[in-house]
Amino acid sequence: MSAAIDDRRSWWLPAASVVLAAAFLFGAMIGPAGPVWWRVPLELLDRLPFVSIDSGASVVQSEVLWQIRMPRVVLAAIVGAMLSLAGASYQGVFRNPLVDPYLLGVAAGAGLGATVVIVAGRSTTNSWPIDPLPLAAFVGGLVAVLLTYTVGAAFGAARASATLVLAGVAVTSLATAVQTFLLQRNTDVVRQVYSWILGRLSAATWHDVRLVLPYVLVSSAVLVAHRRLLDVLRVGEDEASTLGARVDRIRITVVVAATLGTSAVVSVSGLIGFVGIVVPHLVRLLAGASYRRLLPLTVLLGAAFLIVADVPGRMLTNPSETPIGVVTAFLGAPFFILVLRSRQAAVR
Amino acid sequence: MTSLALHGVGVSYGRARALEPFTDTVRPGEWLCLIGPNGAGKSSLLRAIAGLVPHDGKILVDGAPLSLRSSRRRAALVAHVPQSPLLPDDMSAFDYVLLGRNPYVGHFGTESRHDRDMVRRVLGRLDLERFAGRHLGTLSGGERQRIVIARALAQEAPIMLLDEPTSALDIGHQQQALELVDSLRREHGFTVVSAMHDLTLAGLYSDRLALLHQGHCVASGEASTVLRAETLSEFYGVSVSVHHEPDGTVVVVPRRSPGV
Repeated sequence: MSAAIDDRRSWWLPAASVVLAAAFLFGAMIGPAGPVWWRVPLELLDRLPFVSIDSGASVVQSEVLWQIRMPRVVLAAIVGAMLSLAGASYQGVFRNPLVDPYLLGVAAGAGLGATVVIVAGRSTTNSWPIDPLPLAAFVGGLVAVLLTYTVGAAFGAARASATLVLAGVAVTSLATAVQTFLLQRNTDVVRQVYSWILGRLSAATWHDVRLVLPYVLVSSAVLVAHRRLLDVLRVGEDEASTLGARVDRIRITVVVAATLGTSAVVSVSGLIGFVGIVVPHLVRLLAGASYRRLLPLTVLLGAAFLIVADVPGRMLTNPSETPIGVVTAFLGAPFFILVLRSRQAAVR
Repeated sequence: MTSLALHGVGVSYGRARALEPFTDTVRPGEWLCLIGPNGAGKSSLLRAIAGLVPHDGKILVDGAPLSLRSSRRRAALVAHVPQSPLLPDDMSAFDYVLLGRNPYVGHFGTESRHDRDMVRRVLGRLDLERFAGRHLGTLSGGERQRIVIARALAQEAPIMLLDEPTSALDIGHQQQALELVDSLRREHGFTVVSAMHDLTLAGLYSDRLALLHQGHCVASGEASTVLRAETLSEFYGVSVSVHHEPDGTVVVVPRRSPGV
């Protein structure tokens, strides 16, 4: 009986790891410049300790691979994993299949926070020991999600999905309006902010990776540690608390952790929508709705998803790229409609 | 076996008083059944004992105040089967019953082999093994009710609170579920507090009845003393006839008023 359930879990994790490895290789092999695709695996192997292979790539090609393409693939993986994990966690803690970092207003709030820092002048903050951009994004994101939740809980039962999503829409509009106002007053940074809003992985550097990694690691560790408790929450607040779960504490911890991670990745990659909805729902279809399987799998498959979604953007309108946010919206919007249609059958 | 003492337990929702101070002591292994019309305060009392609503007065388990316990310790003492439990359609029955082990699992821990064995034993005891891998959404009403009772059993709490445990079941399944609770109570020495609408069943299975009306406890005692035609007509506003079977069973039958 439960043996079957255990087997399924142990089977999915290696499978998802293979998918991620394949996506990683695919993402590393394709791009407008750099070495020919088949030289890439050789280049990668060459970097392993105790392995020395001559890939035949020139120094310039090797530099393109290691300084342009690789940080981009790695950043896509981090951002994709974080957004998917945060999406699944928000869905669990609000017991609402429709929420993701975007619909809750977290992304817009984080965007506003980041805009404030950009408008204030990046040149003055460059010398600071800690980059204030992720922190400002975090504060913006946290304020936004708390506002959404307060408004949603005040005007509807906590279980009413629609109220929460509508509150998120209102908060997003408000944050976007303030952001637009700020930009109007500071037209010199409009280009900088807009390229950021549309989502960009194109300018990714190892610096970006190092900037977000600590936040993402802390946030993911906290979220994945809550996977069993999110399953307990699936029976509703009251029953979870008669089972000994401290619902409020779990909710606050998970929301803060998910918001921290989301805001950090938003501060380097801009607004990349729908990842937090598409990936968790795909995983639910494949492996069931238990958060114990869902959370680890969304990390792996979310990373794979964004690496792959980043590839058409690179190739489609070379040399001027299609922003990744456009690609994910293109895939995600129809998917969201499907989720709406089948949400009775989806998580509850 | 564990006793449950209620000292002046009252519940208010905002300014509305749902339950006036209620005092009673449920002896170890006893089954107390709360009866009374809708809105009498039965669920409020059960929810107060389960720690779901703030209350005044004191609730003591084996002499120690329940409010001082941690939420996990409290869940290890009191199991609550709600009136309409929320069963996620796509959760397997095994995983659902496993939730009952939450009070014994560390915050970030996972269930031990002992916990999983315990769930298997409970499923076996309730004759539910074949449903272990099934999704809750595919089970019938009677099966779901037994799965919820199984979860409460897996909780290994000596006090079990049942809020209308049989309201959704047909007469056969009602009897099955109540027989199950009763045999488990005798087997494990549980103390049971339930709220029930069916007065005959309430009298048949419980040791003692407490009749609530508009938040007040208006009668308490054995079935034969509480289930009297005049009492019921006063507080339920119904016309009933009460029959006493030779085996001591009290049967409450509704009567149509003459001329209607």
